[in-house]
Amino acid sequence: MSAVIDHTAHAGHDHHHGPAKGLMRWVLTTNHKDIGSMYLWFSFIMFLVGGSMAMVIRAELFQPGMQIVEPEFFNQMTTMHGLIMVFGAVMPAFVGLANWMIPLMIGAPDMALPRMNNFSFWLLPAAFGILLSTLFTEAGGPNFGWTFYAPLSTTYAPESVTFFIFGVHLMGVSSIMGAINVVATILNLRAPGMTLMKMPLFVWTWLITAFLLIAVMPVLAGCVTMMLMDIHFGTSFFSAAGGGDPVLFQHVFWFFGHPEVYIMILPAFGAVSAIIPAFARKPLFGYTSMVYATASIAFLSFIVWAHHMFTVGIPLTGELFFMYATMLIAVPTGVKVFNWVSTMWRGSMTFEAPMLFAVAFVILFTIGGFSGLMLAIAPADFQYHDTYFVVAHFHYVLVPGAIFGIFASAYFWLPKWTGHMYDEVLAKTHFWMSFIGMNLAFFPMHFVGLAGMPRRIPDYNLQFADFNMISSIGAFTFGASQLLFLFIVIKCIRGGKPAPAKPWDGAEGLEWSVPSPAPYHTFSTPPEVK
Amino acid sequence: MSQTHEQYYVPAQSKWPIIATIGLSTTLYGLGAWFNDLSAERAESNGPLIMFVGALFLAYMLHGWFADVIRESRGGLYSAQMDRSFRWGMSWFIFSEVMFFVAFFGALFYVRTISGPWLGGEGDKGVTNMLWEGFEFTWPLLSNPDNKLFPPPSAVIDAWQLPLINTILLVTSSFTVTFAHHALKKNKRGALKAWLAVTLVLAVAFLALQVEEYIFAYQELGLTLGSGIYGATFFMLTGFHGAHVTMGAIILAVMLVRIMKGHFDAEQHFGFEAASWYWHFVDVVWIGLFIFVYVL
Repeated sequence: MSAVIDHTAHAGHDHHHGPAKGLMRWVLTTNHKDIGSMYLWFSFIMFLVGGSMAMVIRAELFQPGMQIVEPEFFNQMTTMHGLIMVFGAVMPAFVGLANWMIPLMIGAPDMALPRMNNFSFWLLPAAFGILLSTLFTEAGGPNFGWTFYAPLSTTYAPESVTFFIFGVHLMGVSSIMGAINVVATILNLRAPGMTLMKMPLFVWTWLITAFLLIAVMPVLAGCVTMMLMDIHFGTSFFSAAGGGDPVLFQHVFWFFGHPEVYIMILPAFGAVSAIIPAFARKPLFGYTSMVYATASIAFLSFIVWAHHMFTVGIPLTGELFFMYATMLIAVPTGVKVFNWVSTMWRGSMTFEAPMLFAVAFVILFTIGGFSGLMLAIAPADFQYHDTYFVVAHFHYVLVPGAIFGIFASAYFWLPKWTGHMYDEVLAKTHFWMSFIGMNLAFFPMHFVGLAGMPRRIPDYNLQFADFNMISSIGAFTFGASQLLFLFIVIKCIRGGKPAPAKPWDGAEGLEWSVPSPAPYHTFSTPPEVK
Repeated sequence: MSQTHEQYYVPAQSKWPIIATIGLSTTLYGLGAWFNDLSAERAESNGPLIMFVGALFLAYMLHGWFADVIRESRGGLYSAQMDRSFRWGMSWFIFSEVMFFVAFFGALFYVRTISGPWLGGEGDKGVTNMLWEGFEFTWPLLSNPDNKLFPPPSAVIDAWQLPLINTILLVTSSFTVTFAHHALKKNKRGALKAWLAVTLVLAVAFLALQVEEYIFAYQELGLTLGSGIYGATFFMLTGFHGAHVTMGAIILAVMLVRIMKGHFDAEQHFGFEAASWYWHFVDVVWIGLFIFVYVL
């Protein structure tokens, strides 16, 4: 088997295998590397946009009392910050990494369905264009929190909710098509000899993530469609006056929402499982158990959703079931953390930027996991619910979890993408600023949360003032250091020490067998995997 | 992967993805503007016009994109491996559709077995009955907690009349499309065309009866989208199913046209097979609907 790369668009005058020229290259492309780059850039732009909103939030919370923005606008900021970071920054970043790396890792000529791949990408700017444009309308953008609970998002929603709903539909279509592409690529385009249990873990975790996406994005679509019908066509899904139930919204939303949090972390698990062995110069400890642990986490993610709803009034048996099921997730997650630590054990370790981010990932994600266990205890959750403790928890799994995973991946594979080594000193500076910034920003939130500070409120009691000021300073540090990351990436694209095909001693995998930068078309004839 | 000389086709640049994006997002934007104007009772709306323009883009894209795929397929560019990519793609697409319906079935089961009885004063959270004291939960729900806000239906559709006929029509059509597939595999083109045409007739008959049922529900029974949770779940489930039947029928019609033009042979016909998979899927969903929406 080999690949026919169709060059009809510019055939006849040359036979070069490079990309087309000009801006239309990006609009019309079917190349997995082009599309991967576009996903990554889009994700980074959204990260900065969503991050700016976080800066507004933290500026308002710098001191108690109403400081900078109106409460109405504050609500729009918290809502849009969440939506943009989840759907616009983290998810597209992982899809971008999948696009770039999966074909390289399994020896495929491209993604299985290259045109659909481009469609998946371009739907995202359209969806976020629609969503962001609502901020400039008279009634303002969505203001009901990123979890958009009914009836706040139905009966009491601003008009922009309709565009929010269709924006979510577009993101869903994009995610489902992207996930189908990943599954088809992994199941069908592996090089001869690459059996499932020889696949790199990043490929495994993405296979499972793609399954989760295909299973739950349609449920989210169903959820927002019921909202749409309640708002515009008089149905009563979420209105008890007609026999429905507002809690039904929460069940449907969190049936999507809980697998969604694993969608945002599993690919990071995979990337870290590639990076730690490379810099510990040892093979990954417990490959098979990593695969089974990932699959177990994915399975469990479907039967724990109501732990987000302990205080809403579900029966005691429900509270107990969801509490114990949630705690069960600590087992496969513990297996993973144990394996990462064991991989490093007596390794010949060096701490380049990818490794720094990966080690920080293991430590800080574990902290986020522990606060998750605290939240899983139903009776204790009555105290924590809707406080800053929850905000601290999910920022600890998302920032040093998902986002540090993305940074680690970016530094790890930047030499492969650009053909240049990034500036190690700047990258380490970026790491330490991010590390200190995010801990300063989010650790004090545990304390104010336990003391009872509610989330999503622009003002707070005086007793929380000191910790909030520290949080804000940390957030500004973290935010500013991301501009440094932008600079590092641009610098690396424009020049730097030429990268060899395999810039990291201990790295393994097919992606290091092609030159750096990776040629426009790779593995037109699949490699033989022994 | 055993075939060593096969080639995997990676298409050149294509304008269809961006046209599809423009079409889909414009259509949905127009729809959103229109819905907002309708609900705010504004006299004028440019929503339908925007939607129409978007739909034109979509129609152009669907025609052109599928034409490209058909041309490439008939040009022999697709290997057996490509065929497997399409098979995986279609299978997972149908799975995603199943999960879309799971959301609505889940809502139906939740209301019927959990939140409904609570609202009626039974079970763990029966205390919620204090919201509308005296409200009794029955299924079908012929009296809502707030009958002014959500006027209830006087009766609901009888499962053993039109829905039974529709079940027979759709199940039969699943058989006829399979007969057509067998005919195609044996290269009996006449039988293929005939069975596919019969399938299409059954599909159209199903849709016509469904429209008839909706008219009856609205005009005679007062069963509407706004008549409480029964109407909401009834129309959501049957409505989205009907939309899928419409889509499936259009796909089958396209397949019939292609067969008339001499496309497909006994070995290579995944386009047709995918259409028949989709058709079986809408059939299975209907059986779920018949049991849980109409009968029980």
